[in-house]
Amino acid sequence: MVERAPESPSAADEPPAGSPTAAAAGGGGGTGAAAGLAAPGEQAPGPAAPPGTEPGPSGQARSLWSDAWHDLRRNPVFVVSALLILFLVLISVWPGLIATRNPLSCQLNKSLDPASPGHWFGYDTQGCDVYTRVVYGARTSVTVGVCATLGVAVAGSVLGGLAGFFGGWWDALLSRVTDVFFGIPIMLGGLVFLSMTGSRSVWTVIAFIVLLGWPQIARIARGSVISAKQNDYVQAARALGAGNARMLVRHILPNAVAPVIVTATIALGTYIALEATLSYLGVGLQPPTVSWGADISDASQGMQFRNAPHILLYPAAALSLTVLAFIMLGDAVRDALDPKLR
Amino acid sequence: MGRYVVRRLLQMVPVFAGTTFLIFVMVYAVGDPVNAMFGERAPDPATAAQLRAEFNLDKPVWQQYLLYMADIFTGDFGNAFNGQPVTQLMSTAFPVTLRLALIAIVIEIIFGIALGVVTGLRRGRPVDSSVLMMTLIVISVPTFVTGTLVQYVLGVKWGWIAPAVSPAAPVGELLLPGVVLALLSLAYVTRLTRASISENSRADYVRTALAKGLPRSRVTVRHLLRNSLIPVVTFLGTDVGNLMAGALVTERIFNIQGVGFQLWQGIVRQNSPTVVGFVTILVIVFLLANLIVDLLYAVLDPRIRYA
Amino acid sequence: MRGATRLTWAVGCATAVTLAAAGCGGGGGGGAAAGSSAGVVRAFWTDPQNPLEPSNTNEVQGGKVLEMTFRGLKRYNPDTGKAENAVAESVKTDDQQNFDIRLKKGWKFSDGSPVTAKSFVDAWNYGALVTNKQVNSYFFEYIDGYDDVHPEDENAKPKAQKMSGLKVTGKHSFKVKLNQKFSLWPDTLGYAAFSPLPEKFFTDHAAWLKKPIGNGPYKIDSYTQGQSMRLSVNEKYAGPDKPKNKGVELKVYTDQNTGYTDLQAGNLDVFDELPAGQLKNAERDLDGRYINQPAGLLQTLSFPLYKKEWQTEKAKQVRRGLSMAINRDEVARKIYHGTRKPASELTSPVIKKSGGYKPGMCGKTCTYDPKKAKKLIEEAGGLPGGKISITSNVDTGSHRQWMDAVCNSINNVLDKSDACSVNPVPTFGEFRKDIADKKLKSLFRTGWQMDYPLIQNFLQPLYYTGASSNDTGYSDKRVDSLIDQANESGEQEAVKKFQEAEQIVLEDLPAIPLWYQDGNAGYSDRVSDVRLNPFSVPVFTDIRVK
Repeated sequence: MVERAPESPSAADEPPAGSPTAAAAGGGGGTGAAAGLAAPGEQAPGPAAPPGTEPGPSGQARSLWSDAWHDLRRNPVFVVSALLILFLVLISVWPGLIATRNPLSCQLNKSLDPASPGHWFGYDTQGCDVYTRVVYGARTSVTVGVCATLGVAVAGSVLGGLAGFFGGWWDALLSRVTDVFFGIPIMLGGLVFLSMTGSRSVWTVIAFIVLLGWPQIARIARGSVISAKQNDYVQAARALGAGNARMLVRHILPNAVAPVIVTATIALGTYIALEATLSYLGVGLQPPTVSWGADISDASQGMQFRNAPHILLYPAAALSLTVLAFIMLGDAVRDALDPKLR
Repeated sequence: MGRYVVRRLLQMVPVFAGTTFLIFVMVYAVGDPVNAMFGERAPDPATAAQLRAEFNLDKPVWQQYLLYMADIFTGDFGNAFNGQPVTQLMSTAFPVTLRLALIAIVIEIIFGIALGVVTGLRRGRPVDSSVLMMTLIVISVPTFVTGTLVQYVLGVKWGWIAPAVSPAAPVGELLLPGVVLALLSLAYVTRLTRASISENSRADYVRTALAKGLPRSRVTVRHLLRNSLIPVVTFLGTDVGNLMAGALVTERIFNIQGVGFQLWQGIVRQNSPTVVGFVTILVIVFLLANLIVDLLYAVLDPRIRYA
Repeated sequence: MRGATRLTWAVGCATAVTLAAAGCGGGGGGGAAAGSSAGVVRAFWTDPQNPLEPSNTNEVQGGKVLEMTFRGLKRYNPDTGKAENAVAESVKTDDQQNFDIRLKKGWKFSDGSPVTAKSFVDAWNYGALVTNKQVNSYFFEYIDGYDDVHPEDENAKPKAQKMSGLKVTGKHSFKVKLNQKFSLWPDTLGYAAFSPLPEKFFTDHAAWLKKPIGNGPYKIDSYTQGQSMRLSVNEKYAGPDKPKNKGVELKVYTDQNTGYTDLQAGNLDVFDELPAGQLKNAERDLDGRYINQPAGLLQTLSFPLYKKEWQTEKAKQVRRGLSMAINRDEVARKIYHGTRKPASELTSPVIKKSGGYKPGMCGKTCTYDPKKAKKLIEEAGGLPGGKISITSNVDTGSHRQWMDAVCNSINNVLDKSDACSVNPVPTFGEFRKDIADKKLKSLFRTGWQMDYPLIQNFLQPLYYTGASSNDTGYSDKRVDSLIDQANESGEQEAVKKFQEAEQIVLEDLPAIPLWYQDGNAGYSDRVSDVRLNPFSVPVFTDIRVK
């Protein structure tokens, strides 16, 4: 590893020599999260390069974000999760790399057969190769999980953060809108919104999840901002004449972001499962689309998994692994952003 | 404080109207319920027209809504298509679901916060990692699977419980469904508490308290935990509603005719009186839960004040 | 563990007592050893969707209750499916259009009032009258004067309150005039919609709905919606099939799997409709206490013949090719574990060969032959538009699995992974609306649960021009005239004519026969002599409790 000056935070163009790909992916993931969470208050600041002014009284020429990046690169948890996510992205884009069969070619006479040489994961109810389907399912599931989570996190933190920060009628209005959205049962929402859009793509499903998912993050973000707002350093910054935008991004955001990250990373897994529920109801992605959620839901149908546990086990394990990667990433990013942990 | 509460209660009125209208339009958009009543057979147009007239389905949607609201204010929530008054459905469904949701919330609070404190104070240790692993299992295995497995093993294999909850649904029978229902939220509560605790455990006031010579347990509970609870309380507030409306899977598995189940039946059969009636009550529950959460902020952090 | 179960029961009963006036006593002297349920059969149930009026019940769950609480003029023999006289002494006709009906004497409703000719005539008039909004009113459409009480146009008012074709001629006799010749009409009379109704139904309708009164072997003691219905033996029942148990408790379940689990745990005695995923384990789980019997339910896959691209001669060849591309046997074995049997014609084995069931009538067209199938479709220029889809609702039944399997079968035959795809519709209501509005552009699921075990019921409503359930828009003059002729001729002759019509339909293939769906049920070791009738409803009167 080449020692690098901590002042060079621009992620993408200067990967550490050791593992270029990992850093690129990590940068991508980190950037996404950071951009998502930094949004309240002003147009999202550049990935890891905020205005170069000195924040603290110490006069050190390091911003919070460059500090964070510096920490992240040395955190093994971050590196492992970044590698995992990179792997997921790779097989999502080129599933053919590690699976040679067609996920849609199924032989019913092999229905529920156990693992055999060349078919390590066995066959599902329809006689499709479980291994191939798990690999091909990554694309849909990872896209839905990641994009829906990002969308929910951005929309939720912006709206919730603003409500918590400004209070008053702003808060009243936003919070009541949140209440209305909470009131819509997800099933009913799905039946109405998704059955009205004729051809459903991954993006319509994501848009739907964001539409009904943001209130939860908004509540959490609002609560956390209300609580962070009371801190002495925020009061001090206000007394020193800091503007709203600056206060939000510099002082409140880093201290309020933890609960949002925690909720969002867990929600990622539930969104992948939600996609399956929607498909099960007949308003999700159309059947030729392969996804983990759909396979898990098929395996659960009428307790089919009792006859052949492998049809549930593998897609569920893939889902856990993905969630694990994002929970680890979230933990690492949060730790890196927390000045108290320095 | 008092004025704040009154203001919040007043805000319920527009939310109430907005939500009911939205839900009404949505149920209307799902389709024509009369078709489904005829089974695998094309509806006879004359009978269908009569049925539509009975349920006001032949009128424009805004008129249906006004007729419906007028009835609601006289306490009449309409009838389900099998002739059962919606109020009767509600009076059996809500108490059961409320019990179930309370059990789940209590489990979340006790186990979630305890696990969160333990893992937050011992970050990176084996106990932290094992709790994380359990969390992952809970997230990736659908409730349907955990529910049926637990039901099968405890109810059939070992015979410890009756697999199906009886219509009266006493608390004892709801314990197991409560645990199943709480599992997913338990993951959130644990992780949220863990994050807050580990963040605050390095705060100045904790150090001060310890330096003063206070025992560690007292510092953890009185100082650290209290200051770490805001995100957790917020989450629990949002969860009350989810537990009540979204318990469909758990309710179906354990034979509980609760709110989630009735709501689902209403949606599938496009029975707008049931759906709108139930959602109306649910929205009131959401509003109250959020009000309580906001008031709790001030209790947990004395610096937060409401005018 | 028995203790815990018993406790549960006690609590359940306590509520039942407070909620409904009727107690938990079950049949008469119960109470000692096994609690209140001694001698009472506990069976799986879900709430019926419509009020329990005989002419307003068209699904199995409501049908279960009607089968126990009502007897019409005829009853379908649970074994043979033959329509046999129940309340009727005789149904006579000389011209297949005017019928003389005589009733047996001594039949009573459970409230003690006698079953008379008026009970039938009033009930039928009630069921037919459009303003009573009965979903089964079409059952009376062959009776003269139906058009006056039930005009076809949706805005028209009924011109009469009673059908002119019904005339009471004595306390126990009445005459029926049909508006067309219909030789098999007497055999339709076993359907629940033709049940008699007591005076109370008309004088105090609300009270009757709360606790329906009938003339069947059981009477309803209490009904708590969403929980349970308790029935006890009707002491005034005049039929031969007196119950061999002390009563029945229908327990409402939210989900089939839950019912199945409760059966395994010993809290339920009779459970019909096993979920597909459990079929493989049922024999073992239940130690052989599992039955699988033919039922009058045929699943078919229909084509939108109202669309131009499906009307051509070439399209007919594609339809045949598609039928040959479906490996029915494998789907039935692998997905349904033998509870469905590959169909080779358009009726059902329950009507028996004497009633018109003729296996193999569809011939090669319904036999899996991948090579021939591919050749037929390719020679006809391939699938219309290059690909097809199968549409069905997915909220009821386990349709998803067979649709996937059928599509895979077709794709494998055509060697393309996207030639056939599944198009799920979220609710049954929406699916029916799409069909009624003729919106579907490719294949769709059609299932037919017979109303009465007659070949007529499998053909006329589905393939006669403009018939009530002719969803494909199929129309053929030869079929129409054969059906007309069949209705005018005597029974033996009629069956033959219907079969001729069926043969033509199978050649045109507006719908592909898929499989006959069996009824199945599991039962506990507490009961014996459990079996299903041709409508896959358990024959409760025969069940003995140990």
